[in-house]
Amino acid sequence: MTDQLVITGVSKRFGGIVANESISLSVPQGSITGMIGPNGSGKTTLFNSIVGHHPVDGGSITFEGREITRLRVPQIARLGMIRTFQQTRIFGKMTCMQNMAISDADHGYGLMALLKPVSGETRDRSEALLEFCGLHSKRHLLAGDLSFGQQKLLEFAMALMIRPRMLLLDEPTAGINPTLINGLIERLIRVNQDLGITLFVIEHNMRVIMNMAENIHCLAYGKLLASGAPDDIRNDQRVIDAYLGGH
Amino acid sequence: MNGRGQIILGIVIVAAALAAPLVFPDFRAQIAMLWVMVLFALTWDILGGQTGYNTFGNILFFGTGMYAAAVFQRDGGFDYFPGLFIGMGLGALISVALAAILGSMILRMRGHYFAIATLGLGIAAGEIASGWDYIGAGSGMSPPLFPGAPGISYIFFGYLFFGLALITFLLLAWVYRTRFGLALNAIRDNEDKAEAMGLKTDTYKIAAWMLAALFLGLCGGAAGNMLGFIDPRDTAFAGATFGVWMVLMAILGGKGTLWGPVLGAFVFHVTQEILWTHLLGWQRVALGLIIVGIVVFFPQGILGWARTRWPERFGHRVETS
Amino acid sequence: MLDNLQLFVDAPFLLIQVLLDGILFGAIFAIAAYGMALVWGVMNVINIVQGEFVMLGGFITFQLTLWGIHPLFGIPVAAAVLFVIGIALYYGVIRRVVDKDMFISLLATFGLSILLQQLMNQIWGGDVRTAQSGLGTWFLFDYTVTVGQIKVVACVGALILGLILIVFLKKSRLGQAIRATAQNPRAARVLGINTDKVFAATYGINAALCGAAGSLVVMAYSVHPYIGLPYTVRSFMIVIVAGLGNLPGVILAGLGLGAAENFAAFILGAQFQVAFVFCLLIVILVVRNTLLRRKRKYLK
Repeated sequence: MTDQLVITGVSKRFGGIVANESISLSVPQGSITGMIGPNGSGKTTLFNSIVGHHPVDGGSITFEGREITRLRVPQIARLGMIRTFQQTRIFGKMTCMQNMAISDADHGYGLMALLKPVSGETRDRSEALLEFCGLHSKRHLLAGDLSFGQQKLLEFAMALMIRPRMLLLDEPTAGINPTLINGLIERLIRVNQDLGITLFVIEHNMRVIMNMAENIHCLAYGKLLASGAPDDIRNDQRVIDAYLGGH
Repeated sequence: MNGRGQIILGIVIVAAALAAPLVFPDFRAQIAMLWVMVLFALTWDILGGQTGYNTFGNILFFGTGMYAAAVFQRDGGFDYFPGLFIGMGLGALISVALAAILGSMILRMRGHYFAIATLGLGIAAGEIASGWDYIGAGSGMSPPLFPGAPGISYIFFGYLFFGLALITFLLLAWVYRTRFGLALNAIRDNEDKAEAMGLKTDTYKIAAWMLAALFLGLCGGAAGNMLGFIDPRDTAFAGATFGVWMVLMAILGGKGTLWGPVLGAFVFHVTQEILWTHLLGWQRVALGLIIVGIVVFFPQGILGWARTRWPERFGHRVETS
Repeated sequence: MLDNLQLFVDAPFLLIQVLLDGILFGAIFAIAAYGMALVWGVMNVINIVQGEFVMLGGFITFQLTLWGIHPLFGIPVAAAVLFVIGIALYYGVIRRVVDKDMFISLLATFGLSILLQQLMNQIWGGDVRTAQSGLGTWFLFDYTVTVGQIKVVACVGALILGLILIVFLKKSRLGQAIRATAQNPRAARVLGINTDKVFAATYGINAALCGAAGSLVVMAYSVHPYIGLPYTVRSFMIVIVAGLGNLPGVILAGLGLGAAENFAAFILGAQFQVAFVFCLLIVILVVRNTLLRRKRKYLK
């Protein structure tokens, strides 16, 4: 498997605080890769750096061989790398179907392309994806009226709509009713296997990430602590120490 | 209201609009102004309601169109009607260019900075126009006289503005159904997310403002002729009247909807005509009070309120469980 | 325009005159700006009606002179009246929009600004008013540069107001509560601070500050019902340039803006002074935004 996302020596400082210190890791194409670490270890900061939310203080990031370190958020999104947010973000005053329609990237983002009504093809695909996420019956409701868990699913459906090449998921199971977590995991795995979408997932739920990911990176105190297969990480003393708070 | 209901309502309005200046000859001027108000509200709402970017300076385009047309009519050497229409087109062109240039500077910021930047646009334009001799400076300009009996001009312009308002309305109805309209709404609902989904938010915002500028420029060009005299501060760049009304009407009727601004324009214009005779100068004070009142207590506007009251009737599915 | 520039070459003392006048005026901008920064920092409200508070303070002081009272008394009176008005406006309007989106509070304060502007226009009419303080003029540099004493008083007065505010914020309990709420409203609430009262007090203090500034303006310069928006815009520009927490920066920016404006008025003609202010606003916003975009941030 080729490496789809390669991060080399990336550092990010906020004032005096070093959030990420010279982190190097890679995410193979088509894999499910996890990122774990105690709170404050810099995981979301790294995600933000990758998607162009802020500039990095050092290092380089390449996506499918292309240097993206200096690109902006919309540009990186158009390259096929989509991230979801911890506090789910959707378009609250639009219906689910409209949320899906605006996520359709098949026709490009040019003004001319946008000045067309929503095509039947888009509608069909939206309905199929909403069905896949269990939201079909809610498709004409305003996204803002959905429950938190449903909004998370909608955000996921929208991300799929774009036909991403890689999805960065920031704590996808956070705040979800435990009984619904399995359903979400199932969908994530199916999306990865059937559609070939690479998943790079930040997770706190150990059970979830250990069962889902092929390889895991552990961050702590802004540094990359350990990388490897789930079993290796699970038994790595440094990881255990980091979580138990040994300084 | 479903599609069929809207079409029926539309036909009724069109019929009434065509008949009104003939049936109520005494109110020809007010009827013509009504359509100008509708244009004000609709164009404000493109950026204000649909995109979530309040603009306090759209009057800039109205005044620009007004002056451009009048200057062309004065210096262009054409007969009245060709001069008028070409002048209007010129005004629209300049307004759109202005929107593109200004927009590329100030629409790359977030909504509230853009809003503040637009605060002074109308006043700055008014001040500059007051000092520019080529367009008459503080003494203003007079567009050429309408060729016809005194009352006829209001009938002509009444129909002209109605036509313009109708075209604007239909165009916006179409635009809001396209993915461009959805993109604008997405920017309104969560601009960060829209960017994270790859949308070219800057481009769309500027395009939206250019659209507003187009119709405001056309409208201004004709309005100058109808009003007969162009004063830089009171007619063209009338920030304290027209500029404020633009904002008020759209939020009164329900911003972010297609019919809301139209409704708001109707309600406001009729009320204003009544109030004017009784309140005189205090009318402007009342306007400020009304804006605050609506924004604080009634931000969803008439249509928004109707939607929460009768959601099914106004196009929203509600969960039935 | 070039003729005016030529004047600077012919009579260099003009440079000093224009600069001095500008700086003296600018101190007043700085105070209004600091008040705006306070409200913005504490409640996240951009107070578009800020300039109207200044205008009101000026008119109140003017009214005092109509009753035979010396305008210097207008400073505390205007401050007190505006404080009450500020509190009233907070409880009536502002507190209902504080927790909403910024564009709602923008519209609300915009509406208030229209309301006050037109109200004053109705009550006092559109004429330009000024209040005679009875102070004389200083002549510098062998009579080439004149400085109205009242202008110096106004400048010093503005700076003193700023100082009082700083001390108040640092030392008094309310001041500390205000600063705590500005830093972290939720934490402040947890610690038992009544954020609603803090917001009200902040808004009232801001209004009072502007009212006092307005007093100085009507004495040293003039007021009319429509001076509000330029003051609002000036305050906003200064806050953008100097940042929210930076009093020395605010003062410097204020003085600088005053000087820049005065030079522009002299070179372009007084009728373009207001247009200059608004154009400068756009320039500052664009420059600032461009600089931030390099760091991939945007003005928040």
